[in-house]
Amino acid sequence: MVAVKGNNEQQQEQENQREEYRLLVESVKPKHNILKNCVMAFLVGGTICVIGQLFLDFFISQGLGEREAAAVTAGTMVFLGAFLTGIGVYDQIGKIGGAGSIIPITGFANSIVAPAMEYKREGFLFGVGAKLFTVAGPVLVYGIITSCLIGIIYYLLQ
Amino acid sequence: MGQKVGQQSVSFSQPPVITSSATIVGPEEGAGPLAQYFDWVIDDPLFGEKSWEKAECKMLEESGKLALKKIKLETQDADLFLAGDLLNQIVSANYSARGLEIPFFGLFGACSTFVEAMLLASMLIDGGFAERVLLASSSHHLTAERQFRFPVEQGVQRPATGQWTATASGALVVEAQGDGPRIVGGTIGKVVDMGITDMNNMGAAMAPAAADTLLTHFKDTGTNPDSYDLIVTGDLGKVGQKLLIELLKKQGCNPADKLRDCGLMLYDTEKQDMHAGGSGCGCAAAVFAGYFYSELKEQKYKNILLMATGALMSPITCQQGESIPAIAHAVVVSS
Repeated sequence: MVAVKGNNEQQQEQENQREEYRLLVESVKPKHNILKNCVMAFLVGGTICVIGQLFLDFFISQGLGEREAAAVTAGTMVFLGAFLTGIGVYDQIGKIGGAGSIIPITGFANSIVAPAMEYKREGFLFGVGAKLFTVAGPVLVYGIITSCLIGIIYYLLQ
Repeated sequence: MGQKVGQQSVSFSQPPVITSSATIVGPEEGAGPLAQYFDWVIDDPLFGEKSWEKAECKMLEESGKLALKKIKLETQDADLFLAGDLLNQIVSANYSARGLEIPFFGLFGACSTFVEAMLLASMLIDGGFAERVLLASSSHHLTAERQFRFPVEQGVQRPATGQWTATASGALVVEAQGDGPRIVGGTIGKVVDMGITDMNNMGAAMAPAAADTLLTHFKDTGTNPDSYDLIVTGDLGKVGQKLLIELLKKQGCNPADKLRDCGLMLYDTEKQDMHAGGSGCGCAAAVFAGYFYSELKEQKYKNILLMATGALMSPITCQQGESIPAIAHAVVVSS
């Protein structure tokens, strides 16, 4: 019993030391500038959305229906995101924009094209094929699960 | 024959001599404040190879060859090759050893590998097991990013505590006889883990190991910060260095203005936007083999304590919620 108690005390002391160190780390850690990050995310994300809106209006003005125009706009924005990733620009935008360039559909394109470029040297099967969704995978999995759940709830409520 | 001093330290009766050094660095490092001290700055991160892994391997191998060539030696003149890097199965070291064809021990100590190799080389030489050892370590920003973090083109923001893995390789030739700075002793570090789980804050994970090794070194050898011209840490970065100072002060030790950090010296951290500073096996390797080796040779520094720290993390165990173990090894180098 004595030995066990000694162990517990030792563990407790180690926990205390770790907690004390954690607080020290928090105190010296550089703080994020949340306001600046939010403003940049708003500006970059907003700009991407404005570009999307311009495309949408353009496609509608060319005689497409609203649904078709939305689909073509999404396709165009995905292409732009993929293209800018391919020429090494999107990661620079991401550095400035943060969530502002991750959330729009262009960010989704980036998260698929970036691994595709990264892993092509490991071959098309175990490289590109297996690693394509390393970043976007969780978004797809939980996005699809959530939409299924909401679909069921919607169905039941009707 | 050398001897053990205190708990974890060693001193050498015939201090081994660092007779040559060589460095190869990438474009960002070549644009940093230490550019003039590096032998070879590569503009292309692929180094003419097909993959970044191949490029890192070539950097490691070429820096080893260059260190030998500078003192007119061939690879077969070295008794032993000690090397390590950050990649899984230390592939850069293994493949470069394949090319060099020198008897080889592969090492992994994360970013502490270079000093681990210096310490082991000196012990093997002073113990009479080798006359001439070639040692090297490397890291490559693009190979490390993909293994530990995100694909390179992924548009994400790096946190302020994050460090930039250096594209760099450094090599030394250590011999029983010759002219040059001498490795007079050192301290072998223990693995210390204070429960840090944030992979983007390696400085915080490593600082307690650095403090532990440094305080043990002073106790074992009866020295204090004033015994050295400089105390050079490997790659604690801004956050880790601040923490080290705090931890040392708590134990009544004030390193004052003696502390330098290779991770903070390799880049102009503000202008080059390197956040908390550089890191990687190649960081301490290139800064020591480039800058400090040349300053020691010119007697600008009489003796320095070089202590490289390594965050021994694996993305797999970190994702499983494990904290990051860290280690720090120290060597004393006298001009």
